[in-house]
This record gives sequence, C-alpha cells and structure tokens, in this order.
Amino acid sequence: MNDLPFLQHFIVLPVLLPLLAGALLIPVKQSRYSLKFACSVTSTILLWVLAAVLLAMADGGYWPDGIGVYLASNWAAPFGIALLVDRLTALMLLLTATIALAVLVFSARRWDRVGIQFHTLFQFLLMGLNGAFLTNDLFNLFVFFEVMLAASYGLVLHGYNLHRIRAGMQYIAINLVASFMFLIGVALIYAASGTLNLTDLGARVALLGNEDTWLLSIGVCVLGLAFLTKGAMWPLGFWLPGTYASASAPVAAMLVLMTKVGVYAVLRVWLAVFGNDAGALAGFGFTALTIGGMATLFFGAIGMLASQDGGRMAGYGAIISSGTLLAVIGQAGGPVLASGLYYLLGSTLAMAAFMLLVELTERIRPPGAALIAITMEAFAIEDKPEDPVGQGIPGTLAFLGLSFAACALVISGMPPLSGFVAKFSLFHALLEVSPTEGKVPGLTWGFIALVIVGGLAAIIALMRLGVRIFWASGDIAPPRLQFSEAAPVTALVALCVMLTLQAGTVFDYLDRTVAGLAQVTTYSERVLGEPPVMRSPQRGLER
Amino acid sequence: MEIVIALAVGVMFGSGIWLILRPRTFQLITGLLLMSYAVNIFIFAMGRLSVDRPPITLSPAIDPAQFADPLPQGLVLTAIVIGFATTALYLVIMIGARGLTGSDHVDGKEPRE
Repeated sequence: MNDLPFLQHFIVLPVLLPLLAGALLIPVKQSRYSLKFACSVTSTILLWVLAAVLLAMADGGYWPDGIGVYLASNWAAPFGIALLVDRLTALMLLLTATIALAVLVFSARRWDRVGIQFHTLFQFLLMGLNGAFLTNDLFNLFVFFEVMLAASYGLVLHGYNLHRIRAGMQYIAINLVASFMFLIGVALIYAASGTLNLTDLGARVALLGNEDTWLLSIGVCVLGLAFLTKGAMWPLGFWLPGTYASASAPVAAMLVLMTKVGVYAVLRVWLAVFGNDAGALAGFGFTALTIGGMATLFFGAIGMLASQDGGRMAGYGAIISSGTLLAVIGQAGGPVLASGLYYLLGSTLAMAAFMLLVELTERIRPPGAALIAITMEAFAIEDKPEDPVGQGIPGTLAFLGLSFAACALVISGMPPLSGFVAKFSLFHALLEVSPTEGKVPGLTWGFIALVIVGGLAAIIALMRLGVRIFWASGDIAPPRLQFSEAAPVTALVALCVMLTLQAGTVFDYLDRTVAGLAQVTTYSERVLGEPPVMRSPQRGLER
Repeated sequence: MEIVIALAVGVMFGSGIWLILRPRTFQLITGLLLMSYAVNIFIFAMGRLSVDRPPITLSPAIDPAQFADPLPQGLVLTAIVIGFATTALYLVIMIGARGLTGSDHVDGKEPRE
C-alpha cells in the first residue's frame, strides 16, 4: 500500500524524458542525422502521449479536485519541491508537445543540420519548458527557467551568422539581468514569508504582518519584472522582434512558446498569491497588469504596421498576443480567463505555424545560400546538408497562400477561425463581468477598443505582406517544398480549424480549468496534505 | 554589519547597472559579474545576518534560535553555479561576436562618428 502508484510517476516524466533523450544524444556523432532525429522525435512523441495522459488524468477525476501532486525525493510539501499537475498545467504541456513535434518534423530536412547539437538543445529546451509548467516551487521555477534559457541561447545562435550573434548577444544580456531580478524577487519573498512553495505562500499571505506584507509585495513586483521580461510586456519587450526575426524558423516557433511561459508564470503567481483570500493584498497589481497589457498591445500593433519583413511582423504579433493575455489576467475573472486561455491556444498555434511559413515563403526569393556557408566554415562540418530543393510537392503556391491566409485570419481574429471565436467570447465575458450597475468601466472599453485596433493593424500588415509575397513579386517560380516541411504547417493550421469546430468542448474544459484555479484553498489542502511515501522497515535490518 | 552589507550590495549593484549600460562587451560582462555578486550576497542576507551560528546540526534537540537559516545558503550555492555557467556561456558568445564582427561593441559594429 505504501508504494507510490505507478501512474503517479507520470508527473515527473515530462521533465526526465527530454533530459535523458538530450543527454543520450550528446555523444552521437553529428553526421548521423537520421539516428539523432529518430531519438529526438521518439522522445517528443512520448512527451505528447504523456501530456495527453496527464490531461486525461487531471480532467478525468483520477486525483481529487483534478490536482495531482508529486513530491520530489519524497519530501513533504513546504520543505521539499512539489510538482503539481492541474488542468492548466496539462493543457500547457500538451500545447508544448504539439508545437515541439511540429517544429521537430519541420526541421528534419534542413535545420537540424546547419549547426551542431540541435536535437540535444531542443530536448533540453523542452525539459525546461515542461519543468517550468509543472513546478510549484519558486526557486525550482528559477532553475527550470535557466535550463530553458540556456538551451534557448544555444538555439537562437543555431546556424551561427552575423545577425544571430548580434541579436543573441542582446537577448542573452537581457535575460541574464532578468534572472538577477528573478533571484532578488525570490529572496525577498522568502525573507517576507519563509516559504518558497507557491501554494504555501498563497495560504500564508493573509497571515503576514504589516512589514512583511510590504516586503512581500516588493518581492513579487521584482519577480514580476523577470516574468514580464520573458513575456515581453511593454517596456520590457524591445528585445523580442529582433531576436525572433534573426532566429532560424524552427527556433522562432519555439520562442513563441517561451513568451507564453512568462505569461503562465505571472498567471500562476498572481492567482495563487493575490487571489480573494489574500487579505490586505487581495487584488494587488491586477490593474497594473491590465494597463501594462494594453500598452503592450498598442506597441505591438504599431510595430506590426511598421515592420517590413515577415519574421519581425511575427515578433510583433507575439507581442500583441502577450499583451492581450496580460490584460486578460489583469481582469482576474472566471469567464474572461477562460476566453483568454482559448485565445492563448489559438494564437500560439497560429503564430508557430506562421513562423514556419515565413521561412517557406522566403524561398520564393532565391534561397540564402550564404547563410549556410558561414556555419559550415565555423563548425567545420564535412557533410553538406541536402539542399532544400528535392522532391517537391505539387501546388506549393496554393498551399503556401492558403496556409498564410489561415494564419492571418487566426492572428488578426477574423471570422471564421479560432481567433474570432476567442475575441468574440472575450468581449462577451468582459461586458458581462460587471453587470451590477449596468456599467462597464472605461478601462474595459479601452481594452476592447485596443484589441480591435490590434486586430485591424494585424490584418492590414499581414495583407500587405501577403500581397507583396504572392502577387507583387512579378514572375515567381514556385519554391519546392519537402513533404516534411509542409505537413507540420498543415497540421498546425488544421489544429486551429479543429479548435474552432470543437470550441464547445474546449470551452467546457477551460471553464473547468478556471473554476479549479479559483479554489486557492483546495490547492493548499492538496499540496500540503500530500503524504510522503512511508517506507516499511526492511526485514534484514531487524535481526 | 547590516550597514556594511547593505552598502556593499548597493554599491556593487549600482556599479553593475552603470556598466551594463555601457557600449563595450567587456564593460557589459564586468557589470553582469558585479550584479551577480551583489545578488548572491543579497540572497545570503535574506536568511537574516547572524554571527557564530551553524546552519546544520546533528543533535536531535533543536532550538531554532541558535541556528542560521540553511535554505538561503542552499539557494545561493545554486544561484552561484547557475550564474557562473551562464556567464561563461556569455563569454563564449562575446568572443564569437568579436571574431565575426571585428568589433567589441554590443551592436556588433562601431558607432558612426
């Protein structure tokens, strides 16, 4: 009876699996592309299955209240590190695995060969992402952030050229400073409350004295700076467009996911610590998040109109999506948050597809052969990668055009795809939240207006880009695409369509997620009440 | 002691901020190092400052007032290791940038006069 049930170990596997796969891939010779790819893709498929199982377990009543807790090294909760799975975590794990799988297949024919150790870094990035979603301990969150960032530093520089090294230097410097902020915030929180366990912190926050409350709010603000730098809130997000535009396409698609980690961390901390049970600190900082999110949205919209090339435009698109999400978190209400999460799903998928697509459309122009040559020299790689021109698929231009249009529809929130459903339900929830006096606050109207303006800016910018790529380039030769490059884009776009068709099911799930998140006391009961496994005394020792 | 530690952290962090705003990569990395020292001491101080109190004990009877908080000491060790690794990584990229661009400016090119 005292043994941990087998299924319980599934909670820690999304961290262990990529770690092992990544480590195993290091000694494999660089020229054995197919072996490396096979290992990497197997690990990612397993991750996807794991995420799906965890989602089914969290939603299917395997654990009480849909919250699964795993005590690392069998230490009871506030003292050791607890990993936590609830519906939100499971959803983010599934989203990560889905995008990772698409990106990995996309990079199979070309991108994993332009530099060294692509798959190892990719697996470590997945480990960091999964860990950051799973952990319930602030310092452990820092460690996973660093794992994720260290892998992303390598990936941003993947396919080493002048642009990447310039952008990479700034990206790394910004993130190192943000990590210091993270540490200062964590230290202050510990000094004020004496705990680093997020759930425990939420339970203690109302009991703190006046002075400690003051210290805690400073600590959380400094911590928030670190998260918001990752999530690219204005004015902390100037690093983002340049980095996105210069990173290679598969890496940029993963970076889209990384901004969502910042937003996710903000959501977790704010809901756990400053929920309704927080006493004097209840509702702390939510308005600032709304206003910051709106400023971000505005900045993103202007940037999108101003940018010329696809990569930069996608970067600003990610900023718009971050801004919308932050403003939604600032609203702190149930149905608003559910729509926000739906928006997160759709926009992340579409944005990742768009990042991959931008690279494909650039092949309509002569391919950048110079770019690969530098890498080859720098790393003295003997075998040349296969040229992307190989067996083409028919109707490339039609495929590219249709995918582009679908992505543009989702990103800008036009009907009939999921972006529209997300925005519509968002407006509906925003206007319904404050019905008491029949008056909606001005800030909410401002937010709605900005979301519409952001969508308008996005559709103008994307239309201009589309016209330039597909119609105004004169006599264009259809680029030849590999099947393995077209399939992931198609799959991501198809998922956006599925998200629209199955909007009811998804919203039911998200409603349950948000309802669960609001129960702060349930979380502390589950996490702090999770018993460590008792070891029965072994017979040999008894004598 | 509190005053000395606070001043040390403040001066180091302040110098670090000034240095990371400078245009050369060497100044940037020096600034990052200073900031990381300041942050490490800051974390250490968050376990409250005390003299002559061990963080661990083997005796089962424990009076917490007689012991220093071991957790920030554990945290600071982890933070030092991670900071060290990321700084080393940044140094490599700095050298790469210097070699590729021929300039030690953070933008990868000399500013126009």
